[in-house]
Amino acid sequence: MTAATVRTPSAPVTPEAVSAETGPPAVPESPTPAVPQPDYAAYRVVPARRPWHWVGTGFVALGVVAVLWSLATNPRWEWGVVTQWFTAQSVVTGLVETLKLTAISGALGFILGFVLALMRLSSSPLLVSVSWTFSWIFRSTPLLVQVLLWYNLGYLYEKITLGIPFTDVRFFETQTTTLISQFAAAVLGLTLNQAAYSAEIIRGGILSVDQGQLEAASALGIPAWRRNTRIVLPQAMRAILPTAFNEIIGLVKGTSIVYVLAYSELFYTVQVIYNRTQQVLPLLLVATLWYIVITSVLSIFQYYIERHYSKGAVRNLPLTPLQKVRRFFATHATTGLNARSPR
Amino acid sequence: MSTALQTSAAQGTRGHVEITNVRKSFGTTEVLKGVSLTVQPGGVAVIVGPSGSGKSTLLRTINHLEKVDGGYIAIDGELVGYEVRGNTLHELREKDILRQRTNIGMVFQNFNLFPHLTALENVTEAPVVALQPGDPRRKSKEEVRRRGLELLDRVGLKDRADAYPRQLSGGQQQRVAIARALALDPKILLFDEPTSALDPELVNEVLDVIRELATSGTTLLIVTHEMGFARDVADTVVFMDQGQIVESGPPQEIFSNPREERTRSFFSKVIEPAFNI
Repeated sequence: MTAATVRTPSAPVTPEAVSAETGPPAVPESPTPAVPQPDYAAYRVVPARRPWHWVGTGFVALGVVAVLWSLATNPRWEWGVVTQWFTAQSVVTGLVETLKLTAISGALGFILGFVLALMRLSSSPLLVSVSWTFSWIFRSTPLLVQVLLWYNLGYLYEKITLGIPFTDVRFFETQTTTLISQFAAAVLGLTLNQAAYSAEIIRGGILSVDQGQLEAASALGIPAWRRNTRIVLPQAMRAILPTAFNEIIGLVKGTSIVYVLAYSELFYTVQVIYNRTQQVLPLLLVATLWYIVITSVLSIFQYYIERHYSKGAVRNLPLTPLQKVRRFFATHATTGLNARSPR
Repeated sequence: MSTALQTSAAQGTRGHVEITNVRKSFGTTEVLKGVSLTVQPGGVAVIVGPSGSGKSTLLRTINHLEKVDGGYIAIDGELVGYEVRGNTLHELREKDILRQRTNIGMVFQNFNLFPHLTALENVTEAPVVALQPGDPRRKSKEEVRRRGLELLDRVGLKDRADAYPRQLSGGQQQRVAIARALALDPKILLFDEPTSALDPELVNEVLDVIRELATSGTTLLIVTHEMGFARDVADTVVFMDQGQIVESGPPQEIFSNPREERTRSFFSKVIEPAFNI
């Protein structure tokens, strides 16, 4: 213990040396000797050196450069072909179909998911079990099977009829195959699958809101619908949004599964093209780049929507990238006059 | 029905609370074992007692946040949560319960402010959406806003109207919550341990606001552990233990001269002896 805590000085300390340095030990009760404290405020600060930090940074930078170099110089990526097809009419048409599928099944899926979440949280045992069963079925079967099943519904049920069950009253009757087009099968499959997942996301968000919020709203006499839309949902959104955007980004790429219906969305379109031209990799790259573009745009939306719903949840909202740039120019570019401009 | 109740209703007084033989159980635990209490209009009743004695539950039955299992509560002669038709009691629909609640403000231990709304929006939310057509308290949005600022001014927070709850201290949040409860101009205000979640140095700013309300003519029912405050502000102190009212009376009587042994032993534990220097 003593050896570890007390540093032995290199020269042996004689009583004379001690008295020469600190004066005679006349007052052992006072622990602080009257040494004047130097003023450190004017000292220069040298940051601690972290050599391994620099070695690690060097390795990663080298790796990044190597990847970029190979992407740029390997002729087999065929960037010429990529740029040729990237904005070709057929590819853009496929892209629009992909966006359409995502928007429609995303919107319908989340609306249905919201209803399912409310059913699951209701006090009716029937609604709870119907909602549970829905999520159970659609989460336990592969999306591919669901899409194919909807497309082949005509095999199971030749006609689709709208009427009063168990009577002969019929309002509407049609051939299943005319009603379920490729588009309808794709939207049905994607929507129902999406609804099953988003129901759970929305339910989780609603459960994350403190019960006291509902109590306070009830005690104020605020009507039930308003309690849900004005008090609970905006707070639930903070928990819902990150996962919901995950789902939508998944859905963008998930739409590529409907190529099995020969539905000409982005992925099916590039397949058709490369089957003809045999330029497989460059065309897959075209589709990939478009998926990256869509996801990037969605991420920007996500950032601003999440920021909107974090009002009041954080003490001060962090600056947006745009505000940071503005502040940088406000503080650095205009030196002199008002270098310390406010946010 | 008691004659006292009918007279008060006939006189059109505001905020007469009549609690009669109220029972409430959670599962197999009976938390209220037949509680009866009358608070006169404009009266200030302070409910004290050990934790788990049913104080908060009693308070929550008054605005029907908890449904009673037996007995009844009447405010100015009108039953809470039920309607009398002939000699049967019909449970009220949600809409009518909400209407009754607009006459009863409540302040919670944990404030329960809406964190995504500003202080002013917290105060103005209910007056805009909770009052039903034909209610004389309904006002234009502009009028509600003006009144909201007035209330924030009254609790000393006019300059924080646009702050979000998390940007306010605990004491400030609770003062906003009081302004929010006042916004509907209720006949009765319920305070459920309003200072228990606050740091000691913030307690007084909240108690001062409640003190001011005590003289305003609104009926107050306050559950608290602040005995000094109870002595100051109450005209009736109610001591509860194990789901029953052990005794109640004017503060001088209850604090200095309790009749019951249970009351005496509780106060000997919670009232700090004079500070010795």
